[in-house]
Amino acid sequence: MLTPPQVAEAYFLESRHMLLEIAAYLDRYDAAVARGNHSNGNGNAKASNAATAEKKLDVIRRALAITSEAQPTKQRTLTLLELFAAPETKAPNP
Amino acid sequence: MQIIQPHYHAIARTAQDYERMAMSGVVAVAEPAFWAGFDRKYPETFIDYFRQISEFEPTRAAQYGIRHFCWVAVNPKESEDPILTREVLRQMPEFFEKPTVLGVGETGLHKSTKNECDSLEAHVDLAMKHGQLVLIHTPHLADKAHGTRRVLEVLAGMNVDRQRIWIDHVEEQTIRPCLDAGYWVGMTLYPITKCSPKRAVDLLELYGTERMLVNSSADWGPSDPFTLQECVLEYRRRGHSLQEAVEVFHNNPCRFLGQNPKFDIPQIRIDTVAPGSTKPVCS
Repeated sequence: MLTPPQVAEAYFLESRHMLLEIAAYLDRYDAAVARGNHSNGNGNAKASNAATAEKKLDVIRRALAITSEAQPTKQRTLTLLELFAAPETKAPNP
Repeated sequence: MQIIQPHYHAIARTAQDYERMAMSGVVAVAEPAFWAGFDRKYPETFIDYFRQISEFEPTRAAQYGIRHFCWVAVNPKESEDPILTREVLRQMPEFFEKPTVLGVGETGLHKSTKNECDSLEAHVDLAMKHGQLVLIHTPHLADKAHGTRRVLEVLAGMNVDRQRIWIDHVEEQTIRPCLDAGYWVGMTLYPITKCSPKRAVDLLELYGTERMLVNSSADWGPSDPFTLQECVLEYRRRGHSLQEAVEVFHNNPCRFLGQNPKFDIPQIRIDTVAPGSTKPVCS
């Protein structure tokens, strides 16, 4: 088993990389919103797609808040999996 | 789709990588001189290394139909030794005469020390005197922003042709000042420690495609030459046309590297041919 400094060292760059990818994902979303191309379709469909997209992003933002908790009451991964499995946030099955 | 890998450390990679690159559309690679993982002590070691990348490596690439070009330099880590650097620089011009050497690179900064800055200046000066292209490495991770600023400061104090200089490994925090100053920039795709294929496409969408190069570097460390193909896929997946992809991943390397006439690969234009005809629908 690794010591705390070993864990911090071994997975630092990988975690940095994953955080940058998430930040880029959120920036990409904001840029798309700024360009105004939510999707094709009529007004109602566009509004519905925009609302669905915003809901997904909200789940990610909540997940980030859970991830950054310094002293969580239970494992962060467990809380995140519960969040992603909740009926209002669940992703469709492929 | 034909693509060019403009920064590739071939001697650190296997023949299988060449084969798989050829099968995935790579028609040419350009190999900058690199750090060997340890600091070399002797100028002669560099000279043999330059012979390897300018004489032997093109023959290995040719077995897979890939054109191999290269650059020569003392890389930033080893340029901390000014005596070694001076001696290698003295012998570099003989390599400018080789048929596949495109210029001076990768020079640049690692920790941005005075010796490194002096070496960068000497490399760029030599390149300009001999009409060579320049490829500049910028530091990794936490040193990147400061090191890139220092690179720009060193170059600003020199009489250089900015269109012939490529500043490599830019990321979100360093791309704008390099482009604004008139240089070419490169985004290097690494699995973990540099830019990622998705982020590179974000930057292409944000800053446009002019004076932009994308490469995998791919050395002896954790790296992957196929992050470049991953980037092509991501670019196309976002709705950019085949011609737009060709402009970024083939024609831009032709535009920059082709400033040296030794790089003679022409740009590509995709045409659609009407059924039953050999003539393009439109040109």
